[in-house]
Amino acid sequence: MDVLDLTRLQFAVVTIYHYFFVPLSISLAAVAAGLELAWLRTRRPAFLDLTKFVGKLLIVTFAVGVVTGLVQEFQFGMGWSAFAKFYGDVFGPTLAIEGMLAFFLEATFLAIWYFGWDRLPRALHAATIVIVSLGTVLSAFIILAANSFMQNPVAYALDPVTGRAHLTSFRELLLNKVNLAAFPHTLAGAAMVGGALLLAIAVRRLAAEPAHRTLARLGAWLMAAGGAATALTGDHLGKVITQVQPMKMAAAEALYETTKGAPFSLFTIGHPLPSFALDLPWLLSILAKGSPTATVQGIDDLQAQYAAQYGPGNYVPMIPVAFWTFRLMIGAGMLAAAIAAYYLWRTRSKRAAPTWLIRWLPLIPLLLAAANTFGWIFTETARQPWIAFGISTVADGISPGLTSAEVLASLIGFAAIYGILAVAWFRVIRHIARRPLRVAPETAAETPEPAPVY
Amino acid sequence: MITFWFWIVVLAWVLFFVLEGFDFGVGVLDPLLGRSEHERTAIVRTIGPFWDGNEVWLVAAIGVTFAAFPAWYSALLSALYLPMAALLLLLAVRGVALEFRGKVDTSSWRRRCDLFLATSSAAIVLLWGALLTVFARGVALGPDGSVRGAGLSRSLSPLLTWPALLGAGAALFAALLLGATFLSLRTSGPVRRRAAGLARWLGAAGAAALVIAGIATSSRLVLVAAALSLAAGMLARSGREALAFATTAVAVAGTVVTVLTAHPGVVLHSTLDEAWSLTRSGAAATPQALTLLTWCGVVILPGVLAYQSYSYFVFRRRVASERVPS
Ligand code: HDD
Ligand code: HEM
Ligand code: HEM
Repeated sequence: MDVLDLTRLQFAVVTIYHYFFVPLSISLAAVAAGLELAWLRTRRPAFLDLTKFVGKLLIVTFAVGVVTGLVQEFQFGMGWSAFAKFYGDVFGPTLAIEGMLAFFLEATFLAIWYFGWDRLPRALHAATIVIVSLGTVLSAFIILAANSFMQNPVAYALDPVTGRAHLTSFRELLLNKVNLAAFPHTLAGAAMVGGALLLAIAVRRLAAEPAHRTLARLGAWLMAAGGAATALTGDHLGKVITQVQPMKMAAAEALYETTKGAPFSLFTIGHPLPSFALDLPWLLSILAKGSPTATVQGIDDLQAQYAAQYGPGNYVPMIPVAFWTFRLMIGAGMLAAAIAAYYLWRTRSKRAAPTWLIRWLPLIPLLLAAANTFGWIFTETARQPWIAFGISTVADGISPGLTSAEVLASLIGFAAIYGILAVAWFRVIRHIARRPLRVAPETAAETPEPAPVY
Repeated sequence: MITFWFWIVVLAWVLFFVLEGFDFGVGVLDPLLGRSEHERTAIVRTIGPFWDGNEVWLVAAIGVTFAAFPAWYSALLSALYLPMAALLLLLAVRGVALEFRGKVDTSSWRRRCDLFLATSSAAIVLLWGALLTVFARGVALGPDGSVRGAGLSRSLSPLLTWPALLGAGAALFAALLLGATFLSLRTSGPVRRRAAGLARWLGAAGAAALVIAGIATSSRLVLVAAALSLAAGMLARSGREALAFATTAVAVAGTVVTVLTAHPGVVLHSTLDEAWSLTRSGAAATPQALTLLTWCGVVILPGVLAYQSYSYFVFRRRVASERVPS
């Protein structure tokens, strides 16, 4: 692999890893806030226990999100310095404002919340976790604006002298139509993973502790509702992407020829001419344009069109990757949502879930982590060869002078340390999950008797 | 506007080095000053609620550098690719060790986390010390703004110089002094006594070493640092814990400002040819971006400072390290 491919691989590994923890933080913060507010209203001690329990899961997950997020912040300068320089005006403010606005809020108030149970009045204490939750949503919105710029560059002008892009309107950058479509879709995906983690843990503990029933059902509801929301928002996102990057949606269907009333295939074997295909008629036209008879542009036409527009070159992304990741995202997510709905139905009015379901449910977070990851791999690889669609290519973005040896060394380092962190995260989560809900020892050990004020 | 943002960048770096400086120092001192698990828990507890908020100053520093001086951000990080990657990995280990320590109830787990915390904190400080020296002295920037060289040594070689090694040593010393004065201020019981004793000793020893270094390099700034170190040690001896900590913090802040302004008007000095250095105006973003940043910064940053101070106020009580008879 040359230095470009290695740097791309490293970016992918490190970002995908960050994104295992991010959606969990987003959804667990919201759940913790909701549970604490429920406790404030009802004063049922079970809600307090659950709030503290979810809080522990949150703080452990958040820590990994933070340290891997820091890496993201540096990545653009380390591996993609040419990109960082050209789009510094657009990208830099986005990251800086995210840091100043959202990260400080999250980090500071999460600590006040977690350590401040006996230091703050109750309402103020609940307010701190609400602020954390808003902070996570805000950071998702702002960072997705940066990503949306790469999918659909808006609000910039190219400086004729330096050739660099500069920002014309921050508001427009944030309100990029891709961002407005991707943000709710991402949040819905986040709700699903968080729900899956809660369901997985709670279902294991149900027999020992009935209070976990609330958590299990809450998790399943988040997954089922999140599933409906991802489908609706994903449908809209698909239409927006068809407008701004028709090549991406054509690649998602491996649709080589421009077709009227295009079908959506669930499964295809044989390439380029399918020898076997299971097609849902018209569905692609509906997904892409909202009408069964609409014409969807094919890859061959688009390639010819781009070559005329941007100069000779290959504008076709990796078709099998796009085709399969798109299906696997939808398939894994919808399967998980269906399982959650089935669980809700089987446990309605205090019924118990069947044992086989309880045995297998703890694996369900993997399905959602996979769905999210496939979604991102699709989004980012089917944007190739562009780093910012239509204005510059990935090859233009890499740091000049960077050597393969350096990238390989850092890639090995990241893979090793991140692997260890993942194992540690899993052990800690399992440990927290196995302990009874009402435990004092941990807080007692962490808060030695306070001495007088200095 | 460019000068204003340059100073905001400096401010963010200063806050990062001072605030995280004591976090790192406390991390290194954790197994040294904590003789029992209970004491070590108390030590970690002094920074527990703060380290993450403090680390965001690094996010802010690097983010604002990116926003206000994209070319500086690009050159700095790509020039020091491997050291930066190592730093990020060490920071990841440190943060996770700190946060996971109290979440599993076994002594062996805590011991392991303490070990990771102390070694990664020490390595981070050494690396930052070396990096700050490189920031001050510059790197082998070519005319195209990228660093000369090939293979692993391209971005590693700036660190393997005597000044960088000295910088690493000085940083470790500064972090230990910050950590010790912070712990004596924030704990009660045996840890407080030991921390104060260490601060006294470090202050005096550091002053002696710095005087020698100052005379050898005939640098007035190093002599000022020696005086501050001596003052911190004496304040620790007389029990003026807050002042001892503040004096150390001022010394660290002064060092960071000196490093970042080592070459007037230049943000990254080229050791090959002065003309290839990256200047403040050459690295700056467009006026539109800077105006946007100014608006956001003016609205957001005072609030950040206010609620971070509030968090220090909420957790203002000392953490007890003595065993409470139950
Ligand atoms: C649980 C996760 C999950 C589930 C069940 C779905 N998605 Fe998704 N999808 C994501 C998680 C996700 C994601 C990881 O969050 C992505 C990556 C980038 C983004 O904005 O969201 C994404 C991206 C993404 C994109 C590409 C956006 C771009 O290129 O910018 C499209 C067109 C869809 N999705 C469409 C759908 C449809 C039609 C779905 C179902 C019926 C669906 N997604 C289910
Ligand atoms: C929202 C902020 C994000 C930004 C600004 C961003 C930016 C980038 C950049 C600059 C690259 C390297 C250039 C390229 O290969 O195209 C890249 C590649 C990539 N990113 Fe993203 N990314 C973001 C989010 C994500 C997330 C959350 C994931 C996955 C979970 C992801 C997955 C990938 C993958 C798989 C690649 C490699 C694509 C390839 O080279 O073929 N990205 N991204
Ligand atoms: C490649 C682009 C990205 C960069 C530069 C980045 C940067 C960061 C940084 C520096 C942190 C740590 C904040 C702290 O210290 O408190 C962080 C955490 C976070 N990031 Fe990312 N991130 C990226 C991708 C994403 C994406 C795609 C999302 C969501 C859609 C996201 C959402 C979050 C959230 C919610 C947090 C806080 C929760 C947590 O720490 O897990 N980030 N990110």
